[in-house]
Order: sequence, then structure tokens, then C-alpha cells
Amino acid sequence: MVKTFGSFLLFLQSMLSRGERFKTLWNRTIDEAILIGVDSVFIVSLVSAFIGAVTCVQISYNLVNPLIPKATIGYMVREMTILELAPTITSIVLAGKVGSSIAGGLGTMRITEQIDALEVMGINSSSYLVLPRILASLLMFPLLVILAMGLSIMGGYIAGTLSGSISAQEYIEGIREDFIPYNILFALIKSLVFAFLISAISSFKGFNTRGGALEVGAASTGAVTNSIIAILIADFVLAAVLL
Amino acid sequence: MIEIHNIQKSFDGNAVLKGITCTFETGKCNLLLGGSGTGKSVLLQCIVGLMKPDLGSITFDGTVFTNNKVNIRQEIRRKIGMLFQGSALFDSMTVYENTEFPLKMLTPEMTKEERRDRVEFCLKRVGLENAGNKMPSEISGGMKKRVGIARAIAPNCTYLFCDEPNSGLDPLTSLKIDELIHEITHEYNITTAIITHDMNSVVEIGDHIIFLHKGMKLWDGDKETILNAEVPELKEFIFSSSLVRAAKRVDDEGGLQDVLDDDPVRAK
Repeated sequence: MVKTFGSFLLFLQSMLSRGERFKTLWNRTIDEAILIGVDSVFIVSLVSAFIGAVTCVQISYNLVNPLIPKATIGYMVREMTILELAPTITSIVLAGKVGSSIAGGLGTMRITEQIDALEVMGINSSSYLVLPRILASLLMFPLLVILAMGLSIMGGYIAGTLSGSISAQEYIEGIREDFIPYNILFALIKSLVFAFLISAISSFKGFNTRGGALEVGAASTGAVTNSIIAILIADFVLAAVLL
Repeated sequence: MIEIHNIQKSFDGNAVLKGITCTFETGKCNLLLGGSGTGKSVLLQCIVGLMKPDLGSITFDGTVFTNNKVNIRQEIRRKIGMLFQGSALFDSMTVYENTEFPLKMLTPEMTKEERRDRVEFCLKRVGLENAGNKMPSEISGGMKKRVGIARAIAPNCTYLFCDEPNSGLDPLTSLKIDELIHEITHEYNITTAIITHDMNSVVEIGDHIIFLHKGMKLWDGDKETILNAEVPELKEFIFSSSLVRAAKRVDDEGGLQDVLDDDPVRAK
């Protein structure tokens, strides 16, 4: 465990030494941002809209006390979405999609000697392959989380009004009630931390794959599992420290 | 010239290279010959810097590579071209982009037009001038090897390393790849090291042959002298090939020249 963590730190260090030219890094980061960010818009939109909708329906189902104003449903959807659901659930979904893709891609490159080919050319393979993935994740995760926040609240609105649980006016009144802008900042900080954890852990697992196709599959699975565990631990630590 | 002095390498206490000393000569195809598990690939990986030897030194044209400063090692590495056993082409890039890649990364001073000219020249040199737009998944094993060679020579490499260039290829394609490597070596006067256990390659392009057995160098010489080498392990290795046995039998009966004269591949 300690040895693996030490290897992980050395891996991160190697990524920062002997970096490639800025233009190369920029182009690679943009390419990765498209793969990581743009290609994830659909799944993030789908998941977040439905989570918002389900959250709204379930809160209204449990909120039977006539003394509690209906606007509370909108308020709760907003708070739950911004503080937890959008950053954490989105990151868990992305750990599955992006994490496995990073680990699988790098693992395949490793076993087919493509990483060795880079090294033989005198290119720092971790800087060339991993750094852009981490930077692209840091760039795209907050944007995806912002999208998820908006769509979750929108999903709650559509589900609440269509099911008749809450009127449009009450919902909007609820989502504007006692708004704390810091919560948005907190969610974005979480998304950055999760982005780093997912991309770095998945890259580490993929980069250090040895063997054949079976090991690439194992690396992908390990990347997703470890990323999710890291997300959950970081989620707790960040909530305890920052809230 | 690459000089290898007393290279030793162990894995978990199991010695794989036991003090190998040899020289790879410039302008020649230097063959690392030996059976499976004799340490050929480990030696090659030590030479190109993918693995660090436990002991010994490797010198490229007088510049020490092992344990030298990172920038000097990088400088040497940039003169190295390598053809991997599985070709190791970047599967997200076309044949053209694969060949252009080292130029883009290693020679930023080259203009786009200069790069294009060089890539077109290299692809033409390996006979793939019409395959530039194809993806690696769309071409045959032999073509992949050719792209690997084109990528290796694109940045004007001084040292060319080939890890079993014939593996997985039919005999005719193997011969063509061997000939291509041999021609390129002599044409550009580069130092070429080839890992092989293919006796056809030995006979065809073995300018300098180093025989490894159980992590040790047992013999070195050239293709003219290998058949007469008095090393039992080498003899056993050579004559485990049915074709060599058959050729020897024909030769003993005095008909080898007739057989070679009728060789349709050579006739081409």
C-alpha cells in the first residue's frame, strides 16, 4: 500500500519533469478535453436530469406536512444538487466512463509497446500522455458539474410541475430561497479534486499495466474501483474541512 | 559504433545477462542471435534505455549512455530508431502521421513542408507511398513493419534497433523486410542491431552476428563463418533448423549451388 502510494507520487513527479513544448501540451490537452469533456456531455446530461427529477418527486412524496411550504421542495433539490449530487454523482459516472477509458487506453498502449516507442524516441511518455489527460480533466469536470447542476434543477422543475407536486412559481421561489454562493464554489472545488483523483489514478493504473489483454481489463476495473473509493473519501474530507 | 561492456542484469536474483561484452559496428547489420529466453530482448532494452543494467556500460560513438546525465541520454535517444516486434504503431494515427510523429516531436525547427517531404520520402523508401492515409488497423503485418521502419528512419537516425522484425511474417515478406533493413543500413551507414532467431535472416543479412546463450555471449563472427563455428550450443541452434539441415545435406552431396541457382526468390 505504502509502496504503491510512493510509486504513485514518483509517477506524478515524472510527469512534471522534462515536459514537452507548450504547443504540444496545449494541442494534446485540447484533444483530450474533447474526449473527456465533450464526449461525456450526453451521459452527464441524462444522469443529472433524471437525478434532479427523481429527487424532486421523492422529496414531494415525503414532504406531507401541510405546515411546510411547497417551495421547500425546490430549495432541497437545489441544495442537494449543488452540494452533493451534481459534483459527486457526476464524478462517479465520469470515473466509470473517463477513468476506464484512460486506463484502458494507456494499458493498451503499454502492452503494445507504444509507450516504449515514445520513450525510445526520447519523449517523456508520462508527460506526453498523462499530463494532458489530467489538465483536460481539470478543465472539463467543473464545466460538466455546472451543466449537471443546471440540468438537475431543470429536471426537478419539469418532474415537479408535470406531476403536479409543485407549481412552477413555488419551485422557482424555492430554488432562489437562502441561496449561498459559496456552495457553488465548494462544488467546483470538489469537482477539481475529483477530476485530479480520477485522471491521475486511472492514468497510473493504465500506465503500469503489464501483461496482455486480461491485465488491461483488470487495470480498467481497478481504475474505476479505486477512483470511486478515492472520490468518496475525498468527498467526506472536503465536506468536513470546507463546510 | 556501439560498445557494450560487461552488461549484467538480474530479476529477483535470477541473472539474465551475465557480463556481456560486444560491439555493434557502424554500417553493418549486427544480429543478436539466440534462442528464446537467452536475454536478447533484455540486452536490447538495456541498450535503448528502457531498462537499466545492474552493472556495465554502453557507449554510443564514444559517449557513455548508462548512468550519464539525463540530457546526454536524451540526446543519444533522439538518434535512435527502433522497430518493435509488434511494430508499436500509434493506433490513433494514420500511417502518414505515425511517420511524421518523431519529426514533429524531435525537430520542431522543421517546417510543415519539410516534414511532408521527409515523410513522403521515407514512405516511398519503404514502398508505402500510397498507404499514407490508412490506419494501422487497415494494413497487413508486413506493411506495419515497413511503417515502423519508415518511422524509425524519418528523423535520420544514427542507430537502428529491430526487435524480431520477422516475427509473424511469411518467409517472403520476412525476406523483403530483411533486405529493406540491410539496404537502409548500408545506404545511410547506420549502426543496426537486430534481434532474431531466424536462420534465414542470419544467412541473408548477418554482417556481424553475436550469439547469446543463457545470458552469455558465446560467439561472434559473420555469416560466412557461422556454419563452421566450433561452439556446440551454436551448432545445435543452427542445425535445429530443418532448412539448414537440408541445405547442408545437399551441400555435402555437392548440389547446393544448383539449388541456389534455381532459387526463384533470388532469381527475382
